[in-house]
Amino acid sequence: MALQEMTYRDALRKALADSMTENPDVIILGEEVGRYGGAYAVTKDLIKEFGPERVIDTPISEPAIVGAAVGAAMAGLRPVAELMYVDFIGMTMDQLANQAAKIRYMFGGQIGVPMVLRTQGGTGRSAGAQHSQSLEAYVMHTPGLRLAMPATVADAYHLLRQALTKPDPVVFIEHKALYTLKEMVDLDAPAPDWGKAAIRRQGRDLVIVTYSRQVHYVMEAAKKLAAEGIEATVIDLRTLSPLDFDTIRTHVEKTGRAMVVSEGVMTAGVAAELAARISEECFDFLEDPVIRVAGEDIPISVSTALETGSVPGPQLIFESAMKLLSSREAV
Amino acid sequence: MNQPQAVHRADAGSNSDLPQLYRMMRRIRTFEERVGELFVRGQSAGSMLHLSIGEESAAAGVCAAMRDGDRFTTHHRGHGIFLARGADPARMMAEIGGKEAGYCHGKGGSMHIADMGLGHLGANAIVGGGIPAVVGAGLAARHHKTGAISAAFFGDGATGQGILYESMNMAALWSLPCLFVCINNQYGMGTRIDQATANPRLHERAQAFGLAAETVDGLDVEAVAEAGRRLVDGVRDGKPAFLVIDCYRFYGHARKDKSPYRDPGEEETGRAKDPVAFARAALIERKVLEESALDTLDAEVAAEMDATIDFTVAQHEPPLSSMFRDVYAPGEPEPEPVRTRIDRILARG
Repeated sequence: MALQEMTYRDALRKALADSMTENPDVIILGEEVGRYGGAYAVTKDLIKEFGPERVIDTPISEPAIVGAAVGAAMAGLRPVAELMYVDFIGMTMDQLANQAAKIRYMFGGQIGVPMVLRTQGGTGRSAGAQHSQSLEAYVMHTPGLRLAMPATVADAYHLLRQALTKPDPVVFIEHKALYTLKEMVDLDAPAPDWGKAAIRRQGRDLVIVTYSRQVHYVMEAAKKLAAEGIEATVIDLRTLSPLDFDTIRTHVEKTGRAMVVSEGVMTAGVAAELAARISEECFDFLEDPVIRVAGEDIPISVSTALETGSVPGPQLIFESAMKLLSSREAV
Repeated sequence: MNQPQAVHRADAGSNSDLPQLYRMMRRIRTFEERVGELFVRGQSAGSMLHLSIGEESAAAGVCAAMRDGDRFTTHHRGHGIFLARGADPARMMAEIGGKEAGYCHGKGGSMHIADMGLGHLGANAIVGGGIPAVVGAGLAARHHKTGAISAAFFGDGATGQGILYESMNMAALWSLPCLFVCINNQYGMGTRIDQATANPRLHERAQAFGLAAETVDGLDVEAVAEAGRRLVDGVRDGKPAFLVIDCYRFYGHARKDKSPYRDPGEEETGRAKDPVAFARAALIERKVLEESALDTLDAEVAAEMDATIDFTVAQHEPPLSSMFRDVYAPGEPEPEPVRTRIDRILARG
């Protein structure tokens, strides 16, 4: 297959369809995944292709959706449970954190829980405080879970395909603002390794570590920085667990300066963990403090102005990098 | 789907199953007594030990209707169920003692014991936490056309958890081969069932979801076994069911709980509802087994269970190096220990 233009949504759908064709044990279960086609249309028409026994519309029962996926995975299926919004993850946290994440360990390695929990999060649709959050820290804070957050169309496809071959439970968080993202992709080209970060851009002055939608904002900011003579390396983590810290380390050691960008709220978040690790592990190479550019420590508003202001965007990232670089020059 | 019937079917009212049921109940009772002993001897790793004494008929009776390949989950008071599904009591005791020779190499203990070979998808320390897994196992059984059922065992306390109702609804909606077994020992920790619900007729809740549901007196293990058979036959045909076994938790919630919230009169009445003694008396009265034969049987069981203690005491704890194993699948990098990380960071240039 040659290069073709595809959306993030269609890449996800194709990943599900290809996995279901390849492996008859892959099933999908969740709210509105079948006849409705998915709240964000990712599973559109899959029920026609694979039937209602494999694309299962469920009642609005998030805990039991995840719990049933746990049992199905233990009994030999490869379930993809869909959680319509990551904001509902609190409803499912017992099944996810106490069951799925711990079963391999508690049972002495007898069995794993090879399930994928597909969900989406983030701002961008004025969806309000309970439908706009970035809750990946909850997942990253739970040993036993894997966490993938694709930023690109190709990664949406490859990471989901790979997630469906992994022996441990994978939480797969899409970004609601990326579904219409269109890129040219060749999905037959070799897939990047699972657990390996991508270098989206190389520069000598600082490293910006990010993931999911913020990758695009950071790239936009990096262009503006380049116009100011500042060259940034941009690292797209792709998966937060496993975390490719070696790539971060290599590039931070080269530039001596690091910024972490995350849409999730700052305090005790993913950005906090990444900044702490960079500070500890790259201490001798750092010329400045590691800067966190993260969501404000507030709920998300419906107002577009407040919503946009609550999370990092290209301008905040650009300004923060400029300040970081100029603080050095001032000394 | 229609599946072949279980091979060994006793007619209702026949005595043929009672000796086996009695033996299993005696094994459960004696095992639980030895668990208590393990605790007293300081050999139990867990302080969280929940004994099923008084509830033996639920485990022995329902499990008699299950067969190889069936899957199940249990709750925090699930030793008896696992034994009745064929567990090796020595490996169980070793797990309760936190020893490497245990079913989960000492990482699970009493409340997280499991064995995939026997279809045990796990005990659970979260009330109701193991219930939805049987819905998923039911989906898998249907998908793979194995004819297996999946059974969730839980206590009356779990009827306060929403996930039970979500799971029953799904099982009924999708006609899954799921059995929900509520062992009503009258207490969720220190709260009596009538202090936790306005309608203690628990099976009515399942009927509201369209499940076949009944309540059976746990005093009579034959009645439990008969109800189990009746419901399991339907479950295998995709008619999910709910069975309540009424019984009495003879002792406290956990080992150190002396039940100050129950008056002695209530406990005396409750403990008189003893399914093991009831079955023993029936065997003698119906002249199925003589008292001396039962004494011999009891002594055999006692010796079997004594050996589980000797076995456990002789076992070693898992090596510290196993601590980071099995967080993720084999072959995945293990998490880095805190001490190693600190040494690595401070050993810089």
